[in-house]
Amino acid sequence: MPREDVMKWLRQQFMPHIWCPGCGHGIIMHAMLRALTSLGKDPSKTVISSGIGCSSRMPGYIDSCTLHTAHGRSLAFATGVKLCNPELTVIDVMGDGDCSAIGGNHFIHACRRNIGVCAIVMNNNIYGMTGGQASPTTPIDAIATTAPYGAVDPPFDICRLAIGAGATFVARATIAQPQMCETLIKKGIQHDGFSVIEIMTHCHTQFGRKNKRSRPLDNFSYFKDRSVLKAKADGMTQDELSGKYVIGELHLDSGAEEYTKKYDKVIERAGR
Amino acid sequence: MAKRFSVKISKSWCKGCGLCIGICPKKVLELDGQVKCEPVRPEDCIGCRQCENVCPDFAITVKESE
Repeated sequence: MPREDVMKWLRQQFMPHIWCPGCGHGIIMHAMLRALTSLGKDPSKTVISSGIGCSSRMPGYIDSCTLHTAHGRSLAFATGVKLCNPELTVIDVMGDGDCSAIGGNHFIHACRRNIGVCAIVMNNNIYGMTGGQASPTTPIDAIATTAPYGAVDPPFDICRLAIGAGATFVARATIAQPQMCETLIKKGIQHDGFSVIEIMTHCHTQFGRKNKRSRPLDNFSYFKDRSVLKAKADGMTQDELSGKYVIGELHLDSGAEEYTKKYDKVIERAGR
Repeated sequence: MAKRFSVKISKSWCKGCGLCIGICPKKVLELDGQVKCEPVRPEDCIGCRQCENVCPDFAITVKESE
């Protein structure tokens, strides 16, 4: 994809962005903009909503209709936007804490409703902006400022959480596969229903320095070595898969009806 | 004749993270004295665009040269 197309989607006056050198959020933003460009979306008909956190700074750099909302509540705002104007393309960008801790309730209920929003979860296993506290996705034994001897709580698997809560398109990629991120985001946007795309990224500043992955490239190789495609993972045992990231399309239910369509029927019934 | 590519770096956006340097299969890129990325061997570029896609700062453009 030529970069000029992507540049039209950037608020170039605010670049270079605030993220640390080598931050995976930039790779994800780039993948998302390439996906939007290749789908031929109109910036004035695209809404990008976010909560609070490093990842949620993203809409500030994107020249479309953007919404920077309360911590964890971005999905609630996105749901409102989609219900008012179902023809809009609504994307919700969240961090792991925003999605699974502060906004955990909004997340599972958005999954349950199956509303046509594409949720992109940037999972960097830590609360990066506030100083590196352990988040619900910090792996067991990983060091964080609030877990100086290693995290004890079992982490969330956001994809399995989303599938369990009823999301109809669930996929995972890591920042070591920028092309795959683009393809999955494209599929997520095209999907008629709630789609969750978890992208494993890194915070080398807050997480990496404490966990022997302090350079961006260390993290890139880490994810590259530990990514397993879904087709291959299906034939692997649970032991073989421990510490690995299963990537690709994990769940697709194309038969479920989208929420705004169901809601239109309710309005029709009520008006009779 | 083999295709040739030009690698353009936006120096004001590059933060010198080194991701592109580690990823390039042909070792086209290196850091310059100001810790910004620099295409030192542009003639070796095969146009795979991995650096462009991985650059978190939107600083790299790979184009086929005329």
